[in-house]
Amino acid sequence: MFKRFINLQWKSFYRSSSFGKGLALKIVMIFFGIYMIGALVFVGGFLYEILRKTFPDQSPMWVLSGYLVYWILIELLFRYFLQKLPVMDIKPLLLFPIKKSTITHYILGRSGVSGYNLLALFFFIPFGIVLLFNGYPALNVLLWLVSISSIILCINYVNFLVNKSDKALGIIGGIIVVLYGLDYFQIIPVKEFFGPIFHGLYQYPITVLIPLGLAILAYALNYKLLKNKLFLDASLESKTKEVKTSDLSWTKRFGDMGTFLQLDLKMIWRNKRTKAQVFISLLFVFYGLIFYTQEIYANMIPMFAFLGIFMTGIFLSNFGQFIPAWDSGYYSMMMAQNIPLRKYLESKATLISVSVVAMFLLTIPYVYFGWEALAINFGSAIYNLGVNIPVILFFGSFNKKRIDLDKSPFGNMQGTSATQFLIMLPVLGLPILIFTGAYYLISMEAAVITLSLLGVIGFALKNYLLDKITEQYRKKKYGMIAGFKEKNS
Amino acid sequence: MITTENLSKKYGSQTVLNIESLEIPKGQSFGLVGNNGAGKTTFFSLLLDLIQPTSGHIINNDVQVNKSEGWKPFTSSFIDESFLIGYLTPEEYFYFVGDLRGRNKADVDALLSTFEDFFHGEILGQKKYLRDLSKGNQKKAGIVASFIGNPEVVVLDEPFANLDPTTQIRLKGIIKELAAKNEVTVLVSSHDLIHVTEVCERIVVLNKGEIVKDIQTSAETLKELETFFAG
Repeated sequence: MFKRFINLQWKSFYRSSSFGKGLALKIVMIFFGIYMIGALVFVGGFLYEILRKTFPDQSPMWVLSGYLVYWILIELLFRYFLQKLPVMDIKPLLLFPIKKSTITHYILGRSGVSGYNLLALFFFIPFGIVLLFNGYPALNVLLWLVSISSIILCINYVNFLVNKSDKALGIIGGIIVVLYGLDYFQIIPVKEFFGPIFHGLYQYPITVLIPLGLAILAYALNYKLLKNKLFLDASLESKTKEVKTSDLSWTKRFGDMGTFLQLDLKMIWRNKRTKAQVFISLLFVFYGLIFYTQEIYANMIPMFAFLGIFMTGIFLSNFGQFIPAWDSGYYSMMMAQNIPLRKYLESKATLISVSVVAMFLLTIPYVYFGWEALAINFGSAIYNLGVNIPVILFFGSFNKKRIDLDKSPFGNMQGTSATQFLIMLPVLGLPILIFTGAYYLISMEAAVITLSLLGVIGFALKNYLLDKITEQYRKKKYGMIAGFKEKNS
Repeated sequence: MITTENLSKKYGSQTVLNIESLEIPKGQSFGLVGNNGAGKTTFFSLLLDLIQPTSGHIINNDVQVNKSEGWKPFTSSFIDESFLIGYLTPEEYFYFVGDLRGRNKADVDALLSTFEDFFHGEILGQKKYLRDLSKGNQKKAGIVASFIGNPEVVVLDEPFANLDPTTQIRLKGIIKELAAKNEVTVLVSSHDLIHVTEVCERIVVLNKGEIVKDIQTSAETLKELETFFAG
């Protein structure tokens, strides 16, 4: 029976839609995957050296052990977002004469070999190999790796147990912050407290039984819980929350456009992926801190232009690049309804404009690092408003890939095609090029004025540009409708 | 009201629809029947300008649908769930459609109150998003939304499928009433021969994209259709 399950699993993998994606995207994803694994192996391999240099008076193993408690908690936190027990996949199996215990074992066993578990091993195994080369006793190291693997499995299964409520997220996050705080302010030496415990796993090989036992216990708990829940109405049914409607009648002030603005706001707020976009965009306000605070960048003025365009335009590019695919689920309705396409696009433009202004306001505190930062951000914001908004809307007309709004936002490449990569060139590259050119030819002031001027020109031509873009959307309409209907693109 | 001339739709070498001429007068309740792949949804999609004709055109009230958007204000439709906006509640969806058709909240509320029977207490005030409703309830919401704003042409693709018996009977009443009262042209497609003969004055049978029968409904129509589809 398990062989058949594995066969099913294999088919679902190589027949999955992400496998059939465009070549360019596939290459990028494979490259990204190799990069991630490479980085982990690299860090794992060199960690021994690094730790020896940084903490010359302590054994690297000892230092690492101190940090393991944070690794466990942080990994648990990440998994909370990324990993869900794939219970939905077994719905079709329930009807067949297969024992429930077999199904449960299958689904739990399958999660045990998931990619998330392998990732950490790509880090720890190279570290272990380096330990062996440095003359650490083989038995201890190998059993230590077994312990680590067991801990990974523990994390894996504990995640499924706690994943059900948002409270767990808060608790895990809270513990991390509190532990780190206690450690940082030297109230309680957390690392020194947990270090010996984890070091024990290496020092006394027999203790491997503890994590192993815990992993089995976690598995058994999951098994018990899940087996009793293999009914359509228990764990397999996705929960529906009660709706809280908010009054958005203030959008009426925007006239005809208000209707669409209201729809867009609801879309953003009520769907996971769009909501995540907003939060991610807000987080990027802090992106500047990385650059402004470093001496190396102080004289790289073009870098500031990148920051300006990027920070004030983050929502513009994150959200804008997928217009109108956000509405793909009901695009044929939008096209058959009494909707002036122009108003529809105008409302999107307004929404993005608001975001650009808001992002600019949020970046004002960077004036602390010099008035140049403020000036450049201002010029960038104007450029984004006047030029990039029409540009991104125009490129949106090439979108043909469907987006299912309620899918998880993390690592979700749905709706991505070569268009998304091409968009970045004119949106991000062009203004930086213009700025850099004007900066080196004339001065920084001139560069800021150039960007602002281009923005103002774009603003003045707004109506004309929007007309042209509307025309473009009309031409591409049939292709979009057909593309958005394809569920597996 | 709706004139079709030399309309054809091909995908590659495969012809999925080929209608030489079809005239639907104003106020008629028009039924389209046929097996899967006969071209019913293709015809409706062409009528709504959702796909491009390979040749020919459809004229809806003097507006050629693939040339101008002028047909949109007086035409409304419900084809499938892709006509619903999943993250809205039914009420919000009705108001949204009302907005698009120049009807304010009070107008929409007044219209909705006449459908209370049809909704059977499962649509309004449920505090649920459309995406969380059952298939049948989604359909009810979509159908009623297509009645908002006094449209002159109403296009419903398979409106009876997925509905429970009570709702099917009520829907038949609603469509009959609509066709009789307001000079509204109603286009309905269905797999259910009994429903369609009951509701429509005229029935056109499509087979592999061609019109094979064009019948003014009478007492014998059901028998005639059954014989046709049995063979």
